Amino acid sequence: MVTTYEFDVLVMGAGLAGLRAALAAHQTGATVAVITKVHPVRSHSNAAQGGINAALTDRGDKWEEHAFETVKGSDYLGDQDAVEILAQEAGQDILALEHMGVIFNRNEDGRLGTRRFGGQKRARTFFVSDFTGQALLHVLYEQAMKARLPVFEEWFVTSLVKDEHGQCGGVVAFEIRSGRVALFKAKAVIIAAGGLGRVFEPSTNALICTGDGIALAYRGGAPLMDMEMVQYHPTTLRGKGLLLSEAARGEGAYLLNAEGERFMEQYAPNMMELASRDVVSRAEQIEINEGRGINGCVLLDCRHLSKALIRERLSQIFEEAKSFANIDLTEEPIPVCPGMHYMMGGVKTDVEGRCWDPAGGWQGVPGLFAAGEAACLSLHGGNRLGANSLLDTVVFGRRAGRCAGEYAKSLPQPRIGDGVVKDEESGIKRILVRPETDDAVARIRHEMGRTMTENLGVFRDQEGMAHAQGTIAVLRERWNRVAIHDKGQVFNTSLVRALELDFMLDCAETIALGALTRTESRGAHFRTDCLNRDDEHWLKHILIYHRHDGPPQLEFLPVRITQWEPQVRVY
Amino acid sequence: MLTTFRIRRFNPESESPQPYFQDYRLVTERSDTVLDALIRIRETVDESLTLRCSCRGAICGSCGMRINGHAGLACKTKVASLASPDETIHVEPMNNMPVIKDLVTDMAGFWEKIRQVQPWLQPKGPEPEGEYLASPDAMNHLTGVMGCIMCGACVSDCAALEVNADFVGPAALAKAYRFVADPRDGGSSSRLGELNHPGGMWDCTRCMECIEVCPKGVGAMDRIMVLRAKGIEQGVPPTCGSRHTEAFADIIERKGRLDEPMLAVRTFGLTNFRQMFSFLPMILRALPRGKLPKSGPLFRAIPGIDRIRRLFRRAKERP
Repeated sequence: MVTTYEFDVLVMGAGLAGLRAALAAHQTGATVAVITKVHPVRSHSNAAQGGINAALTDRGDKWEEHAFETVKGSDYLGDQDAVEILAQEAGQDILALEHMGVIFNRNEDGRLGTRRFGGQKRARTFFVSDFTGQALLHVLYEQAMKARLPVFEEWFVTSLVKDEHGQCGGVVAFEIRSGRVALFKAKAVIIAAGGLGRVFEPSTNALICTGDGIALAYRGGAPLMDMEMVQYHPTTLRGKGLLLSEAARGEGAYLLNAEGERFMEQYAPNMMELASRDVVSRAEQIEINEGRGINGCVLLDCRHLSKALIRERLSQIFEEAKSFANIDLTEEPIPVCPGMHYMMGGVKTDVEGRCWDPAGGWQGVPGLFAAGEAACLSLHGGNRLGANSLLDTVVFGRRAGRCAGEYAKSLPQPRIGDGVVKDEESGIKRILVRPETDDAVARIRHEMGRTMTENLGVFRDQEGMAHAQGTIAVLRERWNRVAIHDKGQVFNTSLVRALELDFMLDCAETIALGALTRTESRGAHFRTDCLNRDDEHWLKHILIYHRHDGPPQLEFLPVRITQWEPQVRVY
Repeated sequence: MLTTFRIRRFNPESESPQPYFQDYRLVTERSDTVLDALIRIRETVDESLTLRCSCRGAICGSCGMRINGHAGLACKTKVASLASPDETIHVEPMNNMPVIKDLVTDMAGFWEKIRQVQPWLQPKGPEPEGEYLASPDAMNHLTGVMGCIMCGACVSDCAALEVNADFVGPAALAKAYRFVADPRDGGSSSRLGELNHPGGMWDCTRCMECIEVCPKGVGAMDRIMVLRAKGIEQGVPPTCGSRHTEAFADIIERKGRLDEPMLAVRTFGLTNFRQMFSFLPMILRALPRGKLPKSGPLFRAIPGIDRIRRLFRRAKERP
């Protein structure tokens, strides 16, 4: 007997984008469920520290300024129609969050307070101390509890299913706790399963960020876009790669090199430490490479900030510096280096979160939606501005949820046979019975992570990237044979990690392919063998399609420009 | 340094599913956390060692477990802070919840209790067009309790829960406080009314473990005490708990020390015959040994009681 669940809309992932999408879909009257491999409040949205951007007109800010700075931040690869929606709808979403119960920081007059963030001239970042993501996530989960949304916690999705017309019809997943496999039929599936940070090592990302949703959509036939665009955050702790929020620099912290100089003067004389992240990370890496670093790091200096400010607005990173680096931020500068942080690319969607183009301009999967870090509109283009990712999740999570709800209501339940469950069951069994070898999933994963960091980091070149591509192909071969020692059904995390690695290898492959294809430097993608931005040839997105019977297929889409023609980018 | 980790294992699928301890010896560095060590064991020694973990930075709340007898986050606990070389570090799953496998516990009951307090904002009146106006102090104060990451450490080590499974527990009460203290929430009196029932805010025994083990400084017990005070302030129907609190303060104000029999009588009520009767064996044992404390008019105020009363007056005058 095959266990089958049926919903109008199924949301994969319960971070901010997933919960926001689920609530919006629920409001359309559709039946909605959320499926997630961890409990919702364990999701990685938690880790967003600094804040969420919005230009509120009643305080003299203009959405156009926010939009322009986002476009400039993206190095003109962001699609401007999407960016305009983001900036225009930001205010209403911030207020909606506040009304749901988010405890935003306030000004003396009792209204919402703001701080400055990178790449923006105005203070338009709303925040909850320096754990804004956690504060938002817990409130959205409260709303999900209030709405009694069914949440399938600790279920691992193994594949996307489609009906005979190619329409998305749900997913197959297994319950981690019991190992039982079930079919989740749905007329619309929203991929909101987050980023793929663990493809790199180290990374600021949580261990669960393994690109599951991105790889599932890719295998299911949806194109991935801008996969070469990987953000390196300028202030991460060396070794484990834990994040120290940009809020520190937003509140006035300096970056110093080994000689004690605020080196950003050389690279971004106007914006200094608050230039966009790609610019700051590159500057740091140059300082380090040219011998002005300290053990592969530069210094983040908060000593001139008041202790009260640090306690109130930077409490999380103060604790983090103490716990994880044994440093008192008020007394000592802390060594930081650029570290993998965010995926600008992802599953290609339109501004309603659809992973297909009703007009037929590009191919995709009808019924499949995506939102959040897993998705690529593209909003962030070559480089995301700090505090735009939380905004992305709520604005486009809401839009995807609403569109998916309306879409699903108009359709009959797709016809999906039980065979898909049997296929997955036997696929899992085949992995579990692989004969022992002297290889291990963890070893393959570490090699992948190091390869990606070495060859697809802040600075890239043809030779390194090609080497990485070759290594990934070898690692894929090794994955096909690697055995899993835990053969159990109950909470088999060895199996989960093996399946995650499978997804990550797909992601790694597309990142390398995208990066090799883009023969210019733009945003976070900086090639030492092609130093300049090349608007003539590369003002376009790279789409990658999975092909079961051959190498991935490439396609190109022009960047959508509404009002901001590309200019030289100076901070 | 070489460290031994003694880990409580449990595999429900084994032939005889009984928990047991397994030792792993591992070279650790000064900077290693317990989570680093556990992951290294999992990756290099025993792939089947099962635990939840994700963020590594004390924000997701996945890796709650008991380390040397106290609950905490493995990712926030430094190995070097626990053991000198050659000492053994004990790692066990959290308490007060069923174990699924190794260090993984079933938190369904934990979340059921969180849901019991209706943990969502119940706004006062219609939504304003803009944001709710609220004082920065009120909001900053709330971020302290909003910092709760629902890791379960307080619930694991709650002494009251160990003997009283109906107790809603410190995490849920801290969550309830977050709404009661929110100037935007209109449900405060009904929330306090609910928490006044058995299993609610009066069931905490004030052992302070939840404050001790919380990795985020939420201070659940302190929040519970404020809930109680607010409950009394708002006139929730008297319970043993509220009568105990009021009688305690009143007796101290009048006598300067605790009249224990009177406290019991005023807590339970003299007409609560069943409860009063249950004290009888204790009274009969204490009486011949001269251990029955004096009470009522026989129990005198301490010398200098005026100074105590002055303290009370001053406390009551404070805003």
